[in-house]
Amino acid sequence: MDWAFLFATAKTLLAGVPLTLELAVTSLCVGFVLAVGVAALAGSRFAPARWVAALYVMLFQGTPLLVQIFIVYYGFGQIGFLRASFLWPVLQQAYWCAVLALSLNTSAYGAEIIRGAIAAVPAREIEAGRAIGMSGLLLRRRIIWPQALQYGLANYGNEAILLLKATSLASVITLMDVTGLAYRLVSKTYRSEEIFMVAGLIYLGLTFVIAAGVHLLERRLTPCRRV
Amino acid sequence: MSAQAFTLVGFGPEGWGRLLLLAAGLTLMAALCSFVLGSLLGAVGAALKLSSSRSLRWIGTFYTTVFRGVPEILVVYLFYFGGSLALTRLMHLAGFPGFFSLPSFIIGVVAIGLVSGAYQTEAYRSACLRLERGQIEAGKACGMSTPVLLWRVIAPQTLRFALPALGNIWQSVLKETALLSIIGLVELLRQSTIASGATRQPLLFYGVAGLLYLVMGQTTALGFRRVEKRLARCWER
Repeated sequence: MDWAFLFATAKTLLAGVPLTLELAVTSLCVGFVLAVGVAALAGSRFAPARWVAALYVMLFQGTPLLVQIFIVYYGFGQIGFLRASFLWPVLQQAYWCAVLALSLNTSAYGAEIIRGAIAAVPAREIEAGRAIGMSGLLLRRRIIWPQALQYGLANYGNEAILLLKATSLASVITLMDVTGLAYRLVSKTYRSEEIFMVAGLIYLGLTFVIAAGVHLLERRLTPCRRV
Repeated sequence: MSAQAFTLVGFGPEGWGRLLLLAAGLTLMAALCSFVLGSLLGAVGAALKLSSSRSLRWIGTFYTTVFRGVPEILVVYLFYFGGSLALTRLMHLAGFPGFFSLPSFIIGVVAIGLVSGAYQTEAYRSACLRLERGQIEAGKACGMSTPVLLWRVIAPQTLRFALPALGNIWQSVLKETALLSIIGLVELLRQSTIASGATRQPLLFYGVAGLLYLVMGQTTALGFRRVEKRLARCWER
């Protein structure tokens, strides 16, 4: 084991952690907002709205993320009105392309999680809420959302971990996140085993941090289930 | 534009249709091989994780933790660069100078298979834990030997319980094969990149690629649901 090289590698690769986290956190937040919208459509009483939601989920879950990234990064330049619009300076940057593709992708999975969590709220509790005169936002704020949060949190935590791993694909469109830096270092030094091992360890560490964070949050939010 | 698009993805002399379909076939082959390899690894992994020996359990946990916690692309890269280097070193030891590399299909199948094996381990393990102990005891009481018990009681039920999870894992394996385009395997995504480079129509070709992935995924999902129903029939009363 060449410890000096391993430490030097770790130092180089850790410089990519901020970008990796930035991609993950931004996409998680944007994706969550989109997911709420899609889940609302999926739960709508208006059938075409449900179809739109189902199509959205199918499109983004059924195609590889890499294809989605390529469509945004290489394909959007072909769309005339996008090029002409004020969005173009943003969409020209690889970073925002990656964020857009990652957000859209995670939002489809998030929508399913939110839908499942809302469906898991026992109907009798909603009925009880209605019986004592709650409706609309009050019912949602007091009964549905807190319960759905409890059911959905663990699943959303898993999705966050998957998203963190998925950010590594941004390296394919030139972003210098942990994977991108590792790739560059390998092409300079040809010491692939050590470098990719260190990169893998960094991702494993980040995964553990997220898992622990979600676990902590779950404990805080569900005092009633604590044993 | 649209007429031109049809010519480009069509099967004429100007069209890329035939190549794209062939590439889609390669994608399907790679996914199938990876999934089968993953099933074998998953069965071994589940056996390790359910074993009574602590060190074997530890090996199983190590396997699933590492391969589920590290991005797939890193695993693919590791095998792509590392595999060739190891082979070259091996060949040098055997007295063959020069640089040797493994075919990217094999590297890709091994890498994706290892990752999917980690997920399949969890699927088989949790399915196995849903088995009733009483059935195993009943089998033993009837005088079944371990292989017979495994074949007639444990395996069929584990498979049935694991099937929904396996269906999901198959979908992600199918999509993960897109990563093999990065290591130069001319599967569906790589072929689309080549086509869009030659015609300057990335939107069209990546869109078609996405559509083909969608079709392959949805068709196979239908198959999985059928098998699920078919297997559930034996338990209906």
